[in-house]
Amino acid sequence: MAVQTAPTGDTNSAAGAPATTTVSTPASVDLGPAAALSCRECGQRFPLGPIFACAECFGPLEVAYDLPGGDPEELKKRIAEGPDNIWRYAPLLPVPADVATKPSINPGFTKLVKADNLARELGVTGSLHIKDDSGNPTHSFKDRVVAIAVEAARAFGFTTLSCSSTGNLAGAVGAAAARAGFRSCVFIPHDLEQGKVVMAAVYGGELVGIEGNYDDVNRFCSELIGDPLGEGWGFVNVNLRPYYGEGSKTLAYEICEQLGWRLPDQIVVPIASGSQLTKIDKGLQELIRLGLVEDKPYKIFGAQAKGCSPVSTAFKAGHDVVRPQKPDTIAKSLAIGNPADGPYVLDIARRTGGAVEDVDDEQIVAAIKLLARTEGIFAETAGGVTVGVTKKLIEAGVLDPALTTVVLNTGDGLKTLDAVAETTGPTATIRPDLDAFRAAGLAG
Amino acid sequence: MSVNVRIPTILRTYTGGQAEVSAQGATLADVIQSLEKDHPGIAARVLDDQGKLRRFVNVYVNDDDVRFEQGLQTATPDGAGVSIIPAVAGG
Repeated sequence: MAVQTAPTGDTNSAAGAPATTTVSTPASVDLGPAAALSCRECGQRFPLGPIFACAECFGPLEVAYDLPGGDPEELKKRIAEGPDNIWRYAPLLPVPADVATKPSINPGFTKLVKADNLARELGVTGSLHIKDDSGNPTHSFKDRVVAIAVEAARAFGFTTLSCSSTGNLAGAVGAAAARAGFRSCVFIPHDLEQGKVVMAAVYGGELVGIEGNYDDVNRFCSELIGDPLGEGWGFVNVNLRPYYGEGSKTLAYEICEQLGWRLPDQIVVPIASGSQLTKIDKGLQELIRLGLVEDKPYKIFGAQAKGCSPVSTAFKAGHDVVRPQKPDTIAKSLAIGNPADGPYVLDIARRTGGAVEDVDDEQIVAAIKLLARTEGIFAETAGGVTVGVTKKLIEAGVLDPALTTVVLNTGDGLKTLDAVAETTGPTATIRPDLDAFRAAGLAG
Repeated sequence: MSVNVRIPTILRTYTGGQAEVSAQGATLADVIQSLEKDHPGIAARVLDDQGKLRRFVNVYVNDDDVRFEQGLQTATPDGAGVSIIPAVAGG
């Protein structure tokens, strides 16, 4: 028996849609349990294809599934017997059943670190965990979403992979394309951190700096996709976005499996476009529906940088809509001033009893150092944002220190060295002799 | 005022497949009205029941997101480029 899932709303047939896209879709697309695309706003359904916005209302499309039913224990066993990467969850993803045999950088199954030292520092009496996604092949969570998009790109016959990126995604697309045999051409703001530029360029694809911020890059890509110049291109976070986003569900699956198939009580997630947070919620809901975890309440908290905080601003003001901002923060991987999934993040934070909070650049740097000092994890600025927000929410009494809390670190600090370089360096520089060492006061 | 309007793929069924059309109007609201006259049905895709821009539609007049300007009352100078773009991209 299959469990049918439609993300939201009703399930009208696409046949009556007055406007559809001009893309052609292969007659039979094998994306495993993926059954259709469904509009998150109005519920209109569309056949699987490289489309991303509803022809009725422009709402985001997302994947609806025929998920495997049956004995949850059997499914857990099947997952446990799978590879140590995201493909262990293939029965729950829009990918063909034989996905693990195809060339991929095989991301996922990163460490869930029990952060007892950080817990002590923050006054957490329950258990605190860091989901450390810097352990992915290109050192950010983006490898997860790109791996799923690659399978969609194969299914739809694209030959070039592309994206708009704040840096991490560009590297993930470059690496995945190299391994899977696609051409890649990715677009980034011209002023990104050097570490991210090098990591994006090294895989040999084309890397294009755009004179503008991320929202300008995103707009450019959205226009390119509707132009003959972009024909045959799979933009992972534009026309493949419904599939791409599903990769973030694997964070939810892994966290629960690594907790012994238990839901965390609280989870702190960074917000850029908001896609990751919404898909983590979707993943948790699927696990509940399939009986893989006990159905109990959980709270999702969103974390933003103060210099780009359109969602936390809307949350605090009690608004349902998100007013775009012009970003100005060191957390460039989160610097999306016009977040596509912002309204859904607000819905989820409110529905689960969570919150959306922000921290300034100084607090981000302090949190990066705190995590490094206590747990030996060097997070990129987005990790500084989640740890900083966790600290702030505990101090404010919003996040319960007695519960099980998972905090996401979505990238590697080596990519954003600039953020801490000014305030981090050698304790002393001395001559190579014992007297100098003694004089520096370092013994003991 | 005559302006050039870039039409996203999902609205091209209303423009006979054209990716760019011309329209008239001194403000974005006027331009949308002009589009509706020449391509019936298109306004209801861009505007909600209250006549506001749908929340998942971004509109730019030249390089400016109209949400940072005067929304539907944003001026559309002669020769301006207007782009209608689905907002659900990126991240």
